[in-house]
Amino acid sequence: MYGALWRVLPGPVWLRILILILLVAAVLYSLVTWVFPWVNSLLPVEESTVGGP
Amino acid sequence: MTDSRPQTRRRVRAQRKRLNIVGVLGELLITAGVLVFLFLGWQLWLNDFVVGEQHRDEAVKLTESWDNGDGSVPTRDRPEVPEDYGDPIVPAVAKEAEQFAVMYIPRFGDDWVRTVSEGISLSKVLNRNGIGRYPDTQLPGEVGNFAVAAHRTTYGAPFKQIAELQVGDKIYVRTPDAYYTYVYRNTEYVWPTGVDVKNPLPQQPPETPTTDRILTMTACHPMFSAAERIIAYAVLESWQPADAGPPAELEPILKAGG
Repeated sequence: MYGALWRVLPGPVWLRILILILLVAAVLYSLVTWVFPWVNSLLPVEESTVGGP
Repeated sequence: MTDSRPQTRRRVRAQRKRLNIVGVLGELLITAGVLVFLFLGWQLWLNDFVVGEQHRDEAVKLTESWDNGDGSVPTRDRPEVPEDYGDPIVPAVAKEAEQFAVMYIPRFGDDWVRTVSEGISLSKVLNRNGIGRYPDTQLPGEVGNFAVAAHRTTYGAPFKQIAELQVGDKIYVRTPDAYYTYVYRNTEYVWPTGVDVKNPLPQQPPETPTTDRILTMTACHPMFSAAERIIAYAVLESWQPADAGPPAELEPILKAGG
């Protein structure tokens, strides 16, 4: 899978690495911005109140 | 004949590269594992750090808005009575989710400052603003129990270090009009149903007469669990009107940017 990605990428090695870094950054950004908060909202909340909120 | 065998092998190898289902599955599983670890790192550390900083900025901005004299701070003609200000003034009940006070706890860090909002709604207060006041309890400075709740993990985790409080630690509460100095006294652990910690005199029947002014902080216990609650109590030691400036011990913290 990742091997195929590497072969699909154009250009010399340094350009491929640069593109990969950008891709990873984009993935991390979307994870932190959208995916993780959404997953968090599905998890049971750790309640801190007595008698329920 | 002799040439064709290496070629076939190469072709087989090339095909394997393209169609290795087990390999792709393995990479997907590794990716999933990395994602889970990333999520845990985000949820338990990075997000608490980021949201904590947001909470801190909100608190600093709130106190600045009170001090700039934009109308929210009523100026009173106060005769010079430096030591004894009499009974504490009590703020009015705020609207739900309104950030009506600010809390400084030096034990949690020299720059630790968070807002206190009205109510304990998860979506409106605890998951968003941080600390919330139990609406059926008393207010800062009032005789009885000023009880607040906050997360100990996740959502900025305002009370992450609640178990580190030591006897005598100061807890400062600031409203637009006054500073209240509470002193930490003790901690206890109760079941989630232990609502008596919110009583005017904690763990006593609600009608018990009292003269104490108590601050109660609740959070979950153990950390990362909702099995029990940790309860930290403090008692009011002194108060002073905002016009008189912050308590002397609080000034270094305020100067440090808190």
